[in-house]
Amino acid sequence: MAAVAAVAVSVALVDVFPRSILVFMAFQLALLYVYVARIPAWLRTGLLAVALLVLMPLIGLRNGYYLEVATQVGIFAALALGLNIVVGLAGLLDLGYVAFFAVGAYSWAIVGSPHANLIFGGGFPLAPGWFYVFLFIGLAVAAITGVLLGLPVLRLRGDYLAIVTLGFGEVIRVLANNLDKPINLTNGPKGITPIGRPPLPFGIPYSEGFYFLVLLIVVVVILVNRRLENSHIGRAWEAMREDEVAAQAMGVPLVRAKLLAFACGASFAGVMGVVFSAKQIFINPESFTFLESIGVLAMVILGGMGSIPGAVVGATVVTVLNLQVLKGFSLWLNELKNAGVTVLGYSLASLPTQLEPAKYERMVFGIILVLMMIFRPQGIFPARRRQRELAHTDEGP
Amino acid sequence: MDYELLIGIFPQVLLDGILLGFMYALIALGYTMVYGVLEFINFAHSEIFIFGAFVGVEILLSLQSAGWLARLPWVGVLILVILAGMLASGLLAVTVERVAYRPLRAAPRLIPLISAIGVSFFLQDVIRLVESIWRNAFNLVYPTMDVMNIRFELTSTLDVSVRSLVVIVAALLMLWSLHVLVNRTKIGTAIRAVAEDQAAASLMGINVNRIISLTFLIGGAMGGAAGVLFGIQYSLINPYTGFIPGLKAFTAAVLGGIGNIPGAMLGGLVLGLLEAFAASYMGLLTGGAFGAEYKDIFAFSVLILILIFRPKGLLGEVVRGRA
Repeated sequence: MAAVAAVAVSVALVDVFPRSILVFMAFQLALLYVYVARIPAWLRTGLLAVALLVLMPLIGLRNGYYLEVATQVGIFAALALGLNIVVGLAGLLDLGYVAFFAVGAYSWAIVGSPHANLIFGGGFPLAPGWFYVFLFIGLAVAAITGVLLGLPVLRLRGDYLAIVTLGFGEVIRVLANNLDKPINLTNGPKGITPIGRPPLPFGIPYSEGFYFLVLLIVVVVILVNRRLENSHIGRAWEAMREDEVAAQAMGVPLVRAKLLAFACGASFAGVMGVVFSAKQIFINPESFTFLESIGVLAMVILGGMGSIPGAVVGATVVTVLNLQVLKGFSLWLNELKNAGVTVLGYSLASLPTQLEPAKYERMVFGIILVLMMIFRPQGIFPARRRQRELAHTDEGP
Repeated sequence: MDYELLIGIFPQVLLDGILLGFMYALIALGYTMVYGVLEFINFAHSEIFIFGAFVGVEILLSLQSAGWLARLPWVGVLILVILAGMLASGLLAVTVERVAYRPLRAAPRLIPLISAIGVSFFLQDVIRLVESIWRNAFNLVYPTMDVMNIRFELTSTLDVSVRSLVVIVAALLMLWSLHVLVNRTKIGTAIRAVAEDQAAASLMGINVNRIISLTFLIGGAMGGAAGVLFGIQYSLINPYTGFIPGLKAFTAAVLGGIGNIPGAMLGGLVLGLLEAFAASYMGLLTGGAFGAEYKDIFAFSVLILILIFRPKGLLGEVVRGRA
């Protein structure tokens, strides 16, 4: 019953202190506690469902920013789960994952905004209802891109593959940046706006609507992931990750398995790309940099490669660190500066203006990657098989 | 099409390509030497390179503010700055190896690579943090020395500045001394032995760990020198500047055959020339539809093509084969 109490107390706290970051993090911790606590399965599912379906939107009414954070967490959780298939299950290090996200985002952005009139003449933007169709088109386009990328690079060794996917991610970004001529396809660095938003039932406001949409997609992605993990192809992926030669000898079709991994991973990113572009109304190539790819990688690594709950927890921790902790620290520092506080005789007002803690995402990602690799390569929530593999290698031959 | 223009800019483009090529060659050495010894892509090398550039700019800026920059002999200042950049970057590379790579030497292949990516990101922001506190700016400009801007007009379309000559001479000197070090000295023999077979080398009484550190020191020093030269040539640097040249230098190393030291030099030059020509001629040849903004894509395409069709690189890989 401690689980119920934890959720109830944290929600009550959020209700009392709707602006406190710490309290919102307590709510997230309560959810995590519900997940790991030794309670009956029906209670766990029920509590999580109530918390995510009812309590979170209510919190959003008290403080809309938290709902935004929750939506972002959901988007990144889906991305992390997609990358988890490629990196965690199949063992192919993809450093350009955000490219698929970009492909999905642009596929809806171009036809969901008046921008397409420049290319095709007239008749755009498409009716907002098309958004739901484009969830599937974005999925398909991203999956095809994944296969196209996979085909030439599959024969490469793991570390070369990583660099080539990095290059591919940069290629997509440079293309998005420069394809405003000869044909204006992406509108270059200026980006595309306004991107159409989907019609929502029952007159739900957009912030809640996107929250539920993202939540629904994440749940579907988790279910798909769980089925995949224990399926024929999931086992093939893991066999391939452990030992390619042995897997091939056991009859795993390497090329098909790798292509499928790329396509599956990419498709989740494609769907979320479509949602992202509609949610933001505006997209430009700045949202699809190498930094984002590494951010998603850091989520997967933090949670544990190959682990589904790990990917979700990793996405939550990293997103909250970026959106709330770093930004909160920045704001707090600014407040102290403006108040003219001195620490040990040093006036904070004389701190350099270029010092903005919110800008140090890279440092956060870097620290996560290095520390996790050195001290806990299996991640916070290790996948069982992966844990055994790493434990085995540490002993050495 | 304007053929006269196409031919007219040729010598200048050639010179730019050679300059860029030497830069890539110096950086590529760091990647290739480490790969030769550990079979591992030192992803953080691009930051080790730019760290050299920052150490250089700090020294030049403090000399400038002390009013010594104009008074000291410029060759002496250059040598001092390059040596300081080499030392700093070399030591940084050794430290990074100690802290972030050595504990992972027995782990599966991708683990140290991920750690290296982390180090790369971490170093970028550390440089930014330090410069933000120290100077309240992290986009820094190399102070110019007047000598550097003297230009010799060779033909009506080609002029060479002292700056470019300095970069070429310094790069050639570095490459030559590395060649001597690796091929003519006992230390170089030890490095090659470790690259060939670590176990056998250690049985021959070579301290493998020390040689690996030394490889990082030398590779890092080359990167640091390249960083200072980069700053002198292109003047504007920020903590994130190193990333793309680093990636291209890695491409150059692969192009020449990774693990192969002459290969890295050749690969650097070839890539530099290809890129300079692509940047200048693509726009002219396609009527402006695809211009210099695609030069980064061009380098990556070279990487992908070379990996697909000739993964050994131009001069062949020195590393032994593996699954």
